[in-house]
Amino acid sequence: MGLTLTWLSVIILIPLAALFLKTFELSLDQFWGVITSRRTLNALKISFGLSFAAACVNLVMGTIIVWALVRYRFPGRRLFDAIVDIPFALPTAVAGVALTQLFAQKGWLGAPLAELGIKVAFTPIGIFVAMVFIGIPFVVRTVQPVLIDLDVEIEEAAASLGANRWHTVFRVILPSLIPALLTGFALAFARAVGEYGSVIFIAGNLPNVSEIAPLLVVIRLSEFRYADATAIAVVMLVASFLIIFLINRLQRWAQARIPVH
Amino acid sequence: MAIEVKNIVKKFGSFAALDNVDLKVADGELLALLGPSGSGKTTLLRIIAGLDWPDSGEVAIDGENALTRGASERQVGFVFQHYALFRHMTVFENVAFGLRVQPRAIRKDEATIRARVKELLDLVQLDWLSNRYPSQLSGGQRQRIALARALAIEPRILLLDEPFGALDAKVRKELRQWLRSLHNEIHVTSIFVTHDQEEALEVANRVVVMDKGKIEQIGTPGEVYDNPATAFVHGFIGESIVLPVDVSGDAVRLDGRPLNIAAHGAASGAAKLFVRRHDMAIGPAGSGALDGAIRHVRSFGPIQRAEVALSGREGSTVIEIDAPRDRELQAGEIVSLQPRRYRIFATQD
Repeated sequence: MGLTLTWLSVIILIPLAALFLKTFELSLDQFWGVITSRRTLNALKISFGLSFAAACVNLVMGTIIVWALVRYRFPGRRLFDAIVDIPFALPTAVAGVALTQLFAQKGWLGAPLAELGIKVAFTPIGIFVAMVFIGIPFVVRTVQPVLIDLDVEIEEAAASLGANRWHTVFRVILPSLIPALLTGFALAFARAVGEYGSVIFIAGNLPNVSEIAPLLVVIRLSEFRYADATAIAVVMLVASFLIIFLINRLQRWAQARIPVH
Repeated sequence: MAIEVKNIVKKFGSFAALDNVDLKVADGELLALLGPSGSGKTTLLRIIAGLDWPDSGEVAIDGENALTRGASERQVGFVFQHYALFRHMTVFENVAFGLRVQPRAIRKDEATIRARVKELLDLVQLDWLSNRYPSQLSGGQRQRIALARALAIEPRILLLDEPFGALDAKVRKELRQWLRSLHNEIHVTSIFVTHDQEEALEVANRVVVMDKGKIEQIGTPGEVYDNPATAFVHGFIGESIVLPVDVSGDAVRLDGRPLNIAAHGAASGAAKLFVRRHDMAIGPAGSGALDGAIRHVRSFGPIQRAEVALSGREGSTVIEIDAPRDRELQAGEIVSLQPRRYRIFATQD
């Protein structure tokens, strides 16, 4: 108990406290000025908005991938299963460079998309793509063990009771997966908000257009405006905490309805 | 509804789970599929339910071909060994599920559904649990909810796969009697799978004994117990004494010594003599077919159980005999045994 609290304090709470203390160097007006400046607001909007969108996409696509990996036997299944972990393992800068190459106007995917008039690299869409890339394993790896545990028998039970496939999926399977889906969503979202390495390569980093909040923090730091940087960081921290807290509550609520036995 | 199964073959790889199985179940019957694990009984049940498909053969429910329909269209109630309740739903919603997923055209209104679920929970005597979740129930309660859920769709037939297999002995016994009386009440044609012979004999009207993908015998509990059709059935149901014998003509020999019993038409050659423990009469030495020394006697209730070492056999063959307590047996006593009722089956290799 003592050890846990000490460790938690040293590793997490003290650095966070320092963050807050640093912002107190600013007066309230200055603080307000920093966080309501157009550039900051836009950066926060880009970070949280695109992270949310990316997490939503990952939730849907991750669920489909998990389903295929768990329920179907196909050649190369183990290989695909391993590939899911690559975004975990790859240095984020490498991922960023790779994605940029791929989606650049002359890249393999960038060129055909450019012909359709869609520009991915150096736009907010690029940020979104990078966030989807790094978030997908969180959903897959959280939901996978739960789906493996979910007995095929309950699907057979549903079928014998006259349920069609639609009813079985939406009334029986997905509700059983909700706690795991929420956890996966929260993790993918949190990772996307905090992502720096892979995003800055592909983003283009135009202020107000494709500049993410973590990058703005770094820019402020390099300008020696430490208090400004921490002010933005505090806002991100509080917002992230609120969102994660909310998802946690949702999860509690879902879990209370599906007690573990 | 009557069920008719014809020439069903089902293979898993090279393993024949069902090998040309025929079965007729009459309307309103309570039938047990009894057999050791791997005998194909569960596969047969799943094929009738539409959860598995045969490689060839026919399944008809109430005279109409069932194989053109999937499980969800057969209106068959299925109860799983491990209950398979929906754990994110209350007991009430579990039972209501089958009614809620009905096609809109025939779906009942909410009040009717509620009344029907209430009625079913009353039937399984668990209406007081309707707001609980499955994880809050005992095994016996979960199985009764699973049964209520299966009955909600007014199934044409009810199939139960080892319904009491996961329960402890006492609850199992209670539920057996309860299932029996429930069947008397609702009369839906029911088939249950079990590997427990006592369960099959106690609950079912008719018992189907299966082994290695084939039906060995179909009969009332009395028939399969008293007149086993094959060596397998004799060995599987009830305790039997089994001795290797030789049959030539009408003479039966054990290790070359004649036993003064008739072969009753058993084919000449190597065979096995089956005798129930209580069908072996004990008399003074030299009076019967087999001599032996009593090694040990245990008395309980109306019987005494004696371990008898047969003399003159290579090694030592020890058999257990149940005798009435009219004459107390003593350890060390030399006695003679005479089969009163017995069956001889040719040895199959």
